[in-house]
Amino acid sequence: MRLFYITLKYLAVTLWSVFVIAPFLWAISTSFKDFQSVTGGATYIPWVDFEPTLDGWQSLFKSPARGGVDIVEPFLNSVFVTAAGSLVSIILGTLAAYALSRYTFKAGPMRNGDITFFFISQRIMPPVVLAIPFFIMLGKLGLLDTLLGLVLVYVVLLMPIAVWIMVDFFNKVPQEIDETALIDGCNPFQAFYKVVLPNSIPGIIVAGMFCMIFGWTDFFFAFILTFTEVQLLPVAIVALNSSITPWWSLSAAALVSVAPLVVVAFIVERYLSKGNLSGALK
Amino acid sequence: MNFKHKYLFLLPGLLVLLGILIFPIGFTVRLSFSSWDSFYPGLDFIGLDNYIRLFTDDMRFWEAFGRLSLLSLTTVFLQYVIGFSLALMVWKQIVFQRFFRVLFLIPMMTTPVIMTVVWRTFFHESLGPVNDFLSLFGMQPLWLSSEILSKFTVILVEVWQWTPFMFLLLLAGLLSLPKEPYLAASIDGAGPVRTFVYVTFPLMAPISIGAIIIRLIEASKIMDTVYVLTSGGPGTATETSSFYIFIKGLREFQFGYSAALSLTYLVIMIISFTIIAKILTKLMVRGS
Repeated sequence: MRLFYITLKYLAVTLWSVFVIAPFLWAISTSFKDFQSVTGGATYIPWVDFEPTLDGWQSLFKSPARGGVDIVEPFLNSVFVTAAGSLVSIILGTLAAYALSRYTFKAGPMRNGDITFFFISQRIMPPVVLAIPFFIMLGKLGLLDTLLGLVLVYVVLLMPIAVWIMVDFFNKVPQEIDETALIDGCNPFQAFYKVVLPNSIPGIIVAGMFCMIFGWTDFFFAFILTFTEVQLLPVAIVALNSSITPWWSLSAAALVSVAPLVVVAFIVERYLSKGNLSGALK
Repeated sequence: MNFKHKYLFLLPGLLVLLGILIFPIGFTVRLSFSSWDSFYPGLDFIGLDNYIRLFTDDMRFWEAFGRLSLLSLTTVFLQYVIGFSLALMVWKQIVFQRFFRVLFLIPMMTTPVIMTVVWRTFFHESLGPVNDFLSLFGMQPLWLSSEILSKFTVILVEVWQWTPFMFLLLLAGLLSLPKEPYLAASIDGAGPVRTFVYVTFPLMAPISIGAIIIRLIEASKIMDTVYVLTSGGPGTATETSSFYIFIKGLREFQFGYSAALSLTYLVIMIISFTIIAKILTKLMVRGS
């Protein structure tokens, strides 16, 4: 009976692993193909099924005028918008979460829980609902098709995540440590900066990783709010999907865009194993 | 503690969020009472006309909503069952434990639209590997252009993408469970199945409810996948609410009408989530 369970377990885990890896293997293989090896039907193994070329990878660094798909600039744009949006969200979100965790607020019928819910509830809003008014608002402000405009939008997208994770995290940091600091003569800001913050690094890292994931993988806002001046990576890659699709460039570009965050998976796993995540995610 | 400091902590974040959101939300409400479209741009006032049209003369919206319910409930249910099973499997002793944990997390780190572009080539009906394999058995299913199968493909891609998130939340929960109930269960001689039913599952109920709600909220926004994979097609077979609002607002430029759609959709969503949270709490916490 025990052997049966174990066999079943390994079988299931293996099957799911194959499912997870399959699209990546296919993309890696496809990124080395050329026109013939794509349009002739499915091929898999280089040198056996098809003659590998580096065309797909080289096209990533050529300008569109020379038949390439320049993804260097979109890549850097994506890095900037994600980093700036995450940073602002983490700073503002951490401060707000600290206030919501340590002090009591009353504004009419609103209590702490309601204010926290207000932050988090922004995630219910589908992007499409905000897209049209954002489009008009950024147009009026002259921020359409600019990096700054996108950062503003990403703050709305990411701050709820930062608040959600940090409120729970601060609730787990014992209140005595701020009180001791206050008795020692710190003002509340010094207490926060010198004592609470250093004890909250794991929470901030987890919140930061989630902001990065949701910022880096967003497509819709960048798709609606930018045109030619500023292009983010997902938009640039999906644009390849429309015309006669060069599968090889597309696969290579997809792999480049996915690679940076795979590192995040390793960090998340380390925090998970150390037990730091259970406090931060609930 | 000093009473003024608390506002200095809270207000920067709250005001920035309100500042960025107040115009979009207020404007959407106002817009929903106007007939702004590409022919007559401008904020006129037509009363409740948009809402009347929505409730009496727009089956497509309600069909899209039904489809969204079907797709999101199915995908989240599958994600929960698979995610929980995977979390249980790598929770305790297993070879390559870290390898499997990292691997199972990876899909949620990838950009949905970009992986969907890859999936599209994967399920390509004449050049993709899936049909290449199935053709050995003489089958050539139309993954993207058949009414029923296209829904299945969307679900499959969503399950691939977001099961890791469920897995992460549930595994974090499992790792934080207390040890004592398990000692008690093993002293009583309970096998793995009974231990799961009477100890693990009840202890995990609050975390499960939280994870399911979070995933349902995210799943209700399903749009990127549909846009790239099928563009809502064939016909309207995979068109969800978000995608329909997108078509009305940003393809046909019926800004006024799409604002009314958006607000109606939001109200329905908030009510549904409240009800779903209540039902889940009743179902799962019943035992304890």
